[in-house]
Amino acid sequence: MARALLTGLLVLMAGPLWAQDSVPPLDQGVRVGIEYTPGIRPRLLVFPMVGMDAAQAILQRDLDYSDRFEMIYLRNDGAGGFAGVNYELYRTLGAQFGLELVRSGTATIVRLHDLDVGEVRNHDTVVLPDSDAPDFRMAVHQLADEVVRWITGTPGYAASRLAYVGGKQLRVIDADGVDRSTLTPADQAVLSPQWSPDGRRIAYTHFTEGTGTLQLLFLASKSAVTVPNTRTGLNYTPAFSPDGRTLAFTRSGEGGTDIFSVNIGDMCCLQRLTVSRFADNLSPTFSPDGRRIAFVSTRAGPPQIYAMSADGTDQELLARFDFGATGSSFAPEWSPDGAQVAFHRAVEGRFQIFVMDLATRRVRQLTSSGRNEDPTWAPDGRHVAFVSTRSGQRQLWVIDTETGRIRQLPTPDTVRLPSWSPRLGGTAGANQ
Amino acid sequence: MRRKLFLLTAGVLVAAACGGSQPEPETPAPAPIDSTAIKEQMRRDSIAAAERARAEAERRAAEERARAEAARITAMLTAELQERVQFDFDQSDIRMEFEANLNRKAAILMANAALRLRIEGHADERGSDEYNLALGNRRAESAKRYLVNAGVPDNRIEIVSFGEERPLDPASTEEAWAQNRRDEFRITAGGAQLTAPN
Repeated sequence: MARALLTGLLVLMAGPLWAQDSVPPLDQGVRVGIEYTPGIRPRLLVFPMVGMDAAQAILQRDLDYSDRFEMIYLRNDGAGGFAGVNYELYRTLGAQFGLELVRSGTATIVRLHDLDVGEVRNHDTVVLPDSDAPDFRMAVHQLADEVVRWITGTPGYAASRLAYVGGKQLRVIDADGVDRSTLTPADQAVLSPQWSPDGRRIAYTHFTEGTGTLQLLFLASKSAVTVPNTRTGLNYTPAFSPDGRTLAFTRSGEGGTDIFSVNIGDMCCLQRLTVSRFADNLSPTFSPDGRRIAFVSTRAGPPQIYAMSADGTDQELLARFDFGATGSSFAPEWSPDGAQVAFHRAVEGRFQIFVMDLATRRVRQLTSSGRNEDPTWAPDGRHVAFVSTRSGQRQLWVIDTETGRIRQLPTPDTVRLPSWSPRLGGTAGANQ
Repeated sequence: MRRKLFLLTAGVLVAAACGGSQPEPETPAPAPIDSTAIKEQMRRDSIAAAERARAEAERRAAEERARAEAARITAMLTAELQERVQFDFDQSDIRMEFEANLNRKAAILMANAALRLRIEGHADERGSDEYNLALGNRRAESAKRYLVNAGVPDNRIEIVSFGEERPLDPASTEEAWAQNRRDEFRITAGGAQLTAPN
């Protein structure tokens, strides 16, 4: 009976697959595919791959970290005796999908088998770089995201990176927590890194003796320029508009703390978006349509999450709160699908991660263990990375907002202020 | 005796040197040598020289005392200027116990027109990292506003914020947090010698 139900589910799943040839309408706030609840996630088996250990290990982890499948692992005995696809055998292991990679000259053939139906559901031929080439991991991540899209209708988030402040330096790691690199020198203190929507730049604050300029780092050339109009006061929490042409940011100084914007397309034109006399306005984040900015304000006393039009007009309180009952709220980040805003809020004196559904204005608490802060959305709009002290010192953690699965991305650094990149590279078909 | 003789000789030499550039005066007829008068003159000269030396030493000592006193006052005033102001958790209001010190700071600033201050606002680690930068700024602003209201010209005080980036005590204890929620005051100009306010 259960098997029949599952089969029915899989038939239903075929429906949304029309989306795979067009851009998934993530940005319009419509989720394509099936919402999986724990326990009914499809069971996915990655076939042993002869001579492709590195790719298999990355793929398996990416698919597991997508939190959309129950992964089934086979011991790779290295005998190389694998020939053909034994649907019957894999079905007895409970697998519904099987992923097969076969080398074909310099290319790799990728096949997704629907084990219940007993046929190849999707296939592609890709050229993976050598496993010691610098772009190898990202190419495998992109393949993993494509496989997630084949099965669920929306791509995974493996082909993305996280920027954060480690020690005092700007560092980046892959979304699976591997391949860490450092982008700023040790004698430079960095704050507030933020990834640009095209994935090619990172804006951050270069902090010196109580003041800070905004820097725009071009990742390809590893060169940084100072954003104009940010040489006085302390300029921080840069946020890119979705078209990448405007940088909204916080400035603290003689005039208080307010949100400004500057045109980084033409490198000109400072605009003041908030005017506070004795309150602070800070930490802007753009909605994905570019029309609204969520931010933190102390205008009513405790810091809370507000929103305004991108030109500073039409300001409103976003997350309802009760004096005395609701803790201070900070560090909002608008989700890539536009439907939610993640932030952290003090609960009994400790920060916890919350998400607010904008349609209902309801908030949901995602964490409760340790101190948890500074959430940042994965490009799939479903996972959130944040800083947590639950394992001792400040480390990077990722939670799946739908299943609640949570994992640490261990780094040797004390981690602060993470920012998740958009999808990097184009092959996952959803970089726009 | 030897020193007196030396001083006398030096005096004669100086006189001779001074006289060198003058036109030669009419040479008077040489007076009869009176050794008693010469000895008496030498005695009086040596006494005068000793007097001068003593006066000079006293003047130097007085100067030294004045310098030391000025340095002591400058050090005391500098310490008062640098005295930290602490804040309650997530607050930027000046606590009553720090008003006396801020009043002193204002008076010192007004008594020393060249003196300039930079106020650095700091926060403890419990707040949000980025919010703490705004909070530190508000704390620096708060002390500046107090001083400006007390009469200090606005342009002599600048403010910056360190947020939680530079704790005095990196420990995660109530005592450390209380230490870290503070304003620090740095003298940026005109602090070499300070005059005490009346």
